[in-house]
Amino acid sequence: MTKPRTLYEKVWDSHVVTHEAGAPAVLYIDLHLVHEVTSPQAFQGLRDRGIKVRRPDRTQATMDHSIPTQNQALPIMDPIAAKQVEQLRINCREFEVPLADLGDESQGIVHVIGPELGLTRPGITVVCGDSHTSTHGAFGALAFGIGTTEVEHVLATQCLLQHRSKTCEVRFAGRVADGVVAKDLILALIAEIGIGGGTGYVLEYTGEAIRSLSMEGRMTVCNMSIEGGARAGMVAPDETTYGFLADKPTVPKGAEWDAAVARWRKLPSDNGAVYDRTVEIDAAGLEPMITWGTNPGMGVRVSQPVPEPNGNASVRKALDYMRLEPGKPLIGQPVDVVFIGSCTNSRITDLRQAAGLLQGRRVNPRVRMMVVPGSERIRAQAEAEGLADIFRAAGADWRQAGCSMCIAMNGDQLDSGQYCVSTSNRNFEGRQGKGGRTFLASPLTAAATAVEGSVADPRRYL
Amino acid sequence: MQPVTSFSGKVVPLPVSDIDTDQIIPARFLKTIEKLGLGENLFNDWRYLPGGGPNPEFVLNQPRAAGGTILLAGDNFGCGSSREHAPWALLGFGFRAVISTSFADIFRNNCLKNGLLPVAVDAATSAELFEATSSDEGLEVTVDLANQTLTLPSGRGVSFPIDDFSKQCLLEGGDQLSYIQQRMAAITAYESNSANALNTLA
Repeated sequence: MTKPRTLYEKVWDSHVVTHEAGAPAVLYIDLHLVHEVTSPQAFQGLRDRGIKVRRPDRTQATMDHSIPTQNQALPIMDPIAAKQVEQLRINCREFEVPLADLGDESQGIVHVIGPELGLTRPGITVVCGDSHTSTHGAFGALAFGIGTTEVEHVLATQCLLQHRSKTCEVRFAGRVADGVVAKDLILALIAEIGIGGGTGYVLEYTGEAIRSLSMEGRMTVCNMSIEGGARAGMVAPDETTYGFLADKPTVPKGAEWDAAVARWRKLPSDNGAVYDRTVEIDAAGLEPMITWGTNPGMGVRVSQPVPEPNGNASVRKALDYMRLEPGKPLIGQPVDVVFIGSCTNSRITDLRQAAGLLQGRRVNPRVRMMVVPGSERIRAQAEAEGLADIFRAAGADWRQAGCSMCIAMNGDQLDSGQYCVSTSNRNFEGRQGKGGRTFLASPLTAAATAVEGSVADPRRYL
Repeated sequence: MQPVTSFSGKVVPLPVSDIDTDQIIPARFLKTIEKLGLGENLFNDWRYLPGGGPNPEFVLNQPRAAGGTILLAGDNFGCGSSREHAPWALLGFGFRAVISTSFADIFRNNCLKNGLLPVAVDAATSAELFEATSSDEGLEVTVDLANQTLTLPSGRGVSFPIDDFSKQCLLEGGDQLSYIQQRMAAITAYESNSANALNTLA
């Protein structure tokens, strides 16, 4: 009898090329995603060494971080961003890496297009020079972010040096109530374990609340694994996974598809597999979540008050930055901007949730609302479904695909002192623009806030 | 990469927990295609006032930071993004080591690839060091990588963890890519094994 193994252990074991004493394992990487910000120095490294990209066929590049989200057909106004974007074009041409460039139907946020193209699949290893690579774990892949030196390693060898992680099962027990969505699950977890709570671990999300999520919802959960400090987050593949992938452009068809699904069915953790740690969250008892502070672990139920510092210097510092009164509820706190987008919450189901709430309503006049689809495919789909019309009719700004105000590199940003309810993943000081103040929440909570002009509980609109 | 061995340096205290990579180097400075030149924007939004002038209250703008090579930070340093620009900016300023009670995973990896030493110590040692820096602005400590020891001003030595492989690479100034490249035969064999092909992309 072989020892029962977890999903992570199965994917790890099947990707170890060699593991010598006193050294980390050489881990094979199946899919390497590349974007303009963390790759230029890596390509230059290859050039300096006179080596090629070993497997351009397992590499996919796109533009997302530095690009504008309007008038993408026009030249980029920021000369430094324009140079970075042009450098990615030069690098992809020179090293024969496929590129979903601006104007391409496949362009979009790197963690949105991988699954959309069918490149992200169960049981594979995925890396990218971006911490939110953990998103792809929603398919039962082992997916994690790497630095630029490691990007160079993977471009050169299709391998990485890696130490095995510890495993942690995160069980979301029960079904969530109406108005509680994937974003609330992951914000509740991070509020529970803290932003360093997952350091050294790969999380596996289990339980009824995860099983009943769409693939988009699972991606939202896995996306923010890194905000709990975890190396990666994973969900075992099931019929939902196969159903999502079946019609994607690059997946195998016919008998090959059947064979692939048969293999994928062997991936879920075995009965009796042992995790190094288990965390249980009562999903059925959750409410919509929102952050009040300057890291994603500083979250509360939307109906709860902002905490008192009680001598905690981090809480005090965060409240000072956010200019919030302890002990006061966030509901009713006026906001200046609502942002729906990012690799966390820019997919079609996110847009449907937000549009469903906004239909027949108007964005409060004091609020600037931006909706930025995760990819050009999602933009086209949302326009075909009439969602874009709903956003525009409500008074929101409907944009082209990109990271936009999640990272505020492209001119989409908060002014100093502004408050924003954002569906993105980080509320760090200045993340959405120097001096900007971010409340992280779900697309439902963001849409309800846009209507009221102040932080709102979406359950009032169900 | 220059070999990292034993060195003594002045300690610059930054007693803030959970310092994320957006604070270390804000995203708007990531549009560069170079590794060099990021030091002047290290901790940019804490370091400079809205008008662009130095914030005198921030430690890097104080005389005590001049010549400092060891940053002493609060818990969970380097959380957030994978940007290697964070260690590049710290190195660009002149830091050679960061002391904290813990480091975020990707940041720690990025440090080790660039010769910036992450020195993880227990809470008591961290508190002792912060206390010592408050009474001595020129406080120096010694970091000895070969022996994995941080020597405090009191003479007390505390050990810090590092995996053997990274340690060896740092001591020799060695290149981790060449280690992988030397195993290319195994990589090719892995790729040509049909069982592995089935595990991966069809």
